[in-house]
Amino acid sequence: MRVCPEGLFVEPGGFFIDPVRAVERAVVTHGHSDHARPGHRHVLATEGTLAIMRQRLGEGAGQAQQALGYGEAIRIGDTTVRLAPAGHVLGSAQVVVEHGGSRVVVSGDYKRAFDRTCTPFEPVPCDVFVTEATFGLPVFRHPPDLGEVEKLLHSMAVFPERSHVVGVYALGKCQRLITLLRAAGYDRPIYLHGALTPICDLYRGFGVELGELRPATVAAKEELKGALVLAPPGATADRWARRLSDPVVAMASGWMRVRQRARQRGVELPLVISDHADWDELCRTLDDVGAPEVWVTHGREEALVHHARSRGIRARALALVGFEEEGA
Amino acid sequence: MKRFADLIDALVFMPSRNGKIRLLGDYFAHVPDPERGWALAALTETLVFREAKPAAVRQLVLNRVDPELFGWSYDYVGDLGETVALIWPERPALANSLPPTLTEVVETLRAAKRSAVMELVEGWMDSLDASSRFALLKLITGSLRVGVSARLAKTALAAWGRVDVNAIEECWHGLTPPYEPLFAWLEGRAEAPSSAQGAGFRPLMLANPLEEEDMAGLNPADYRAEWKWDGIRVQLVARGGERRLYSRTGDDVSPAFPDVTDHMAFEAVLDGELLVVRDGAVAPFNDLQQRLNRKTVTARMLQEYPAFVRLYDILVEGGEDLRGLGFTERRERLERWYAEVRPRRMDLSPLISFAGWDELKALRAGAREAAIEGLMLKRRDSAYVAGRPKGPWFKWKRGALTLDTVLMYAQRGHGKRSSFYSDFTFGVWRDGAAGEELVPVGKAYFGFTDAELVELDRWVRNHTVRRYGPVREVAPGLVLEVAFDSVHRSTRHKSGLAMRFPRVHRIRWDKPAPEADRLPTLERMVVG
Repeated sequence: MRVCPEGLFVEPGGFFIDPVRAVERAVVTHGHSDHARPGHRHVLATEGTLAIMRQRLGEGAGQAQQALGYGEAIRIGDTTVRLAPAGHVLGSAQVVVEHGGSRVVVSGDYKRAFDRTCTPFEPVPCDVFVTEATFGLPVFRHPPDLGEVEKLLHSMAVFPERSHVVGVYALGKCQRLITLLRAAGYDRPIYLHGALTPICDLYRGFGVELGELRPATVAAKEELKGALVLAPPGATADRWARRLSDPVVAMASGWMRVRQRARQRGVELPLVISDHADWDELCRTLDDVGAPEVWVTHGREEALVHHARSRGIRARALALVGFEEEGA
Repeated sequence: MKRFADLIDALVFMPSRNGKIRLLGDYFAHVPDPERGWALAALTETLVFREAKPAAVRQLVLNRVDPELFGWSYDYVGDLGETVALIWPERPALANSLPPTLTEVVETLRAAKRSAVMELVEGWMDSLDASSRFALLKLITGSLRVGVSARLAKTALAAWGRVDVNAIEECWHGLTPPYEPLFAWLEGRAEAPSSAQGAGFRPLMLANPLEEEDMAGLNPADYRAEWKWDGIRVQLVARGGERRLYSRTGDDVSPAFPDVTDHMAFEAVLDGELLVVRDGAVAPFNDLQQRLNRKTVTARMLQEYPAFVRLYDILVEGGEDLRGLGFTERRERLERWYAEVRPRRMDLSPLISFAGWDELKALRAGAREAAIEGLMLKRRDSAYVAGRPKGPWFKWKRGALTLDTVLMYAQRGHGKRSSFYSDFTFGVWRDGAAGEELVPVGKAYFGFTDAELVELDRWVRNHTVRRYGPVREVAPGLVLEVAFDSVHRSTRHKSGLAMRFPRVHRIRWDKPAPEADRLPTLERMVVG
């Protein structure tokens, strides 16, 4: 396995994992746009990821699409490939590659926290673990997600006449937040920015219960007073938000842990809810998979590499480019 | 501690004053005594701990955390307290111990020896969650900084308890944390605490602006007039050895003005205007600004910007409360008192004699001195009452100056205006190295209607040439007629000039930008 300009290349199998450019043969870990790029000739992924790619990329989702369930194994070139749940978003997977008696696991983006919208992460013991490190600093420790939802509900009780608009990524965070709200007992309709509706419908098609959702775009202004509205992060402080009455602007993201980050974005109510592993989860996962060698793909690599080395693990940073912070 | 930490978090991010008032009210309503009282004391900085130095906090965390990891984290987060709160490794063995309440923290710290403090802190840190650890660290290092002034906290108490904020001011000085009698009163369980005030703040009497149509109904013989000085309204309180200088909102600013308090060797409560006065002449407001919003003051500032109080009124003399007397009687008492005491760095604001409104109007129009903002009219029989009653006192500001300027930059607003470009930086023309150029002369964010804001916002979006984060630079093409009270020399601005109270007067959609005013026009408006 080596790093090419296109991304991570598995030489004995002749395929790339999450390539950033169009390639002949790609294995895609999940549907976020920085991992699932358009134009590959052959794409292998879970059924969920393929459905998301078709919705988002249309014809660009790959000329030949091949679905693989969690745990199923297939041969590609000289390798055996399996997908294991990553717990990041619906359909997200780790790629398990076996070749010549050794096993490499590429985590993709993952988290260990419980999430009703996707299959939980499964640690796979391996010889080389290729991990993300989006929140690879020990200051990133996500608090319990229901506590953050309580914070939102409390603000809605203190300001009952104001709309609350929460910035969420369309894929994953949106649906997770809705299921958290439902779990916390919030049963009123939730209003959605138009960009969020298709993915929510897709999740429902996979059996995820979201309760009553209404389009915010056509709702009467009066109806949105005191309502809960979800929108992509960019829309919360732009012209779109003017339909809302004096909104409290919230944002659900792991970056909200750091005050300065929240302030820069003009957020009034930061909610620390992340679909990525926090520092403790990253470290715990290194222990769980027990790999003697660790490669760090993207994020704040130096701290995780330092930590792994201090535990006697051979570790290096791959410094892969092209991965943004979508879905953080 | 958790509720207090949540409150701190919410306050830090809440941009609007009304929002802060609601958050505080919600906290007072749901948190019991004495916890809420300690929180109130901490927020208003009545209770300040300086037990822990940043270096000690840093040492505490380095005993537990790899220094490299801490270094990277601190670089990323940028704030020591926040980094320590977030990175603190919880000891699983202690995770089940009950986290301390704010009351427990406060009472323990007050009783503890300084040498024992860090050990206590370490124990508490192990049982608190991240946001509570942050609140604890900010509390013990004496820097909550959540944008809550004493006045704002009192306003929130008043709104929640449905009483007049001035009623809280009246009794505030006699109260001590954790304020149980105050909360009992606000919850209707007890009488108001007595207003045994000592050196406390007495709420100020304020004036309404005089409208032209008001004048017809007023008899000039009922009123006395004096200049409205362009400084900061203050209250001087000297009682029983205590000396206090309060801002108009009741914030204690004494430590920043020793050059005034040094000369308060008397027993009285006075109302006046804080100014910078050099060699008998009042300096521009800009000079006074150098002295404001500071906790302490340097010897150099005292020398360069000497403070002075021009007295308007006397509220208490010796033990006698004079607020029930009419203005004329209080003025006589003030003059007599002043002649007797002769305090240094203070004088009397002179009364202006006039025969009728026309004469007064002429006097107002003729006043060109920079330190004069306009006129004050006070009914001869007006008692000194808190707040802004309609009728007894009027302020009659000098007519505003106006200038045609060109819009240069626009910035997004906050809260209701967060989706609008609503803060406007404007400039005027001057000779530059490469011909005519615009130089910024001020910034305004009010003076237009909501409908006009929509138009302005659209114009900004359609004429943007560059973006700098929340700021957009626009092509020179829109003329804003701005109004302002006065203009002063300033070394802090590129143009060398600074406006007082600039606001958008009219949007000149009709006027071509090249026809806007030039810098020399503004320079000629500088007075003093």
